[in-house]
Amino acid sequence: MGLDFSIVPSFAGPLLLGALWTVLLTVVSAVLSFLGGIALAVIALYGPWAIRLPARFIAWLFMGTPLLLQLFLIYFGLVQIGIDLPAFVAGVIGLGLHYAVYNSELIQTAILAVDRGQMEAARTLGLSRPQALVRVVVPQAVRAVVPPIGNNMIALLKDSALVSVIGVAELTLAAQLAIGRTYRAFEFYAAAAVLYYVINLGMEAVLRRIERRIRLSR
Amino acid sequence: MDTDLILKVTPFFLQAAVITVELSVLTVLIGLACGALGAAARLSRHAALRFLGAAYVSVIRGTPALIQLFLLYFGGPQIGIQLDAFSAGVIGLGINIGAYMTETMRGAIVAVDHGQAEAARTLGLSRAQAFRKVVLPQALRLMIRPLGVNINAQIKATALVSAISVIELTYTAQRYIGSTYKPFEMFLLAGVLYLAIITVTGKVIAALDRRVRLP
Repeated sequence: MGLDFSIVPSFAGPLLLGALWTVLLTVVSAVLSFLGGIALAVIALYGPWAIRLPARFIAWLFMGTPLLLQLFLIYFGLVQIGIDLPAFVAGVIGLGLHYAVYNSELIQTAILAVDRGQMEAARTLGLSRPQALVRVVVPQAVRAVVPPIGNNMIALLKDSALVSVIGVAELTLAAQLAIGRTYRAFEFYAAAAVLYYVINLGMEAVLRRIERRIRLSR
Repeated sequence: MDTDLILKVTPFFLQAAVITVELSVLTVLIGLACGALGAAARLSRHAALRFLGAAYVSVIRGTPALIQLFLLYFGGPQIGIQLDAFSAGVIGLGINIGAYMTETMRGAIVAVDHGQAEAARTLGLSRAQAFRKVVLPQALRLMIRPLGVNINAQIKATALVSAISVIELTYTAQRYIGSTYKPFEMFLLAGVLYLAIITVTGKVIAALDRRVRLP
């Protein structure tokens, strides 16, 4: 069977819908991983040890195991304890948590790099420690790690393909469904690759804008 | 925690872990080869080669590894490339990690102070000699650590080949999650094995880095 790309346009609708789901999945997971990363970083640095140690252990476990394995754990594990989530939600939790751990590592380093004088000055001005942390230290730390977090988000986009294995109807699964009907694997995976590449370019452009904006307001 | 079950399935997980190690070693070797070629192309004097190198990095890093793997394994036969799942996994993931290693290697070579090459040229070495005897030895030292990061990621990325039914660690865990309904136990068991592989690899790389680092 040779190549025949003429069949691809007739599946343009489902593929584009899949691409839309991929974008949605990526954006929601990215936001979760960003906020979760901040929360995990603060817990890992300032939490009481009873929370800090388990959080560090979980982070270590998540950084040392494949995302695919974690997706299986979350998807099947939650069902096991009676929580039957839609695949999309399970996918968002899996991707979001996985990247939250990676973001947390970056943010922790950045928090520690914020000048101590900032915290001291904020305390002198009458802010409590948590207030000083949330309003003075963390915003500066987060600003410093926007570029590497952006890299993580690009990686997240590509890893979002993995949630097709737990049945989330995103771009990869859309391509697979089209292949199931036409047996044209090369054509549709290539089409999916092109769409991923385009989304990737769009995301890089957005990230560059965010980086520029943050730099200007310094 | 069902320890009896864990003990019962451990031998199967260990067998699977061996496959994961094999996959990791082979993909990293292919990745290093692709990375060296890619870096050479990107730093070449010929514009065509530079373009090819840049295109390789951009396309591979701009699309999901899973799609690349599916394209090779399921789409390959349509263009005359017929591979079994294991070979497709090794070649596909090797080409994928090669793009990341290209950038690591290029970064390390570029990071060597330009004065080094200039001094070597002034002392009468040819361009090739200056690169081989002066720049490369320094760059190799610089690239061990970041390549270690690539290799760490690659060990975890071998899990992807479970999607084309290579019976490695993640595939095994997934199958036992499905048949025993004990996701946490199976995750822990597979997780411990992945962590062991990654920790040992990390130690080896750190030792290598210590040995060759300049004072």
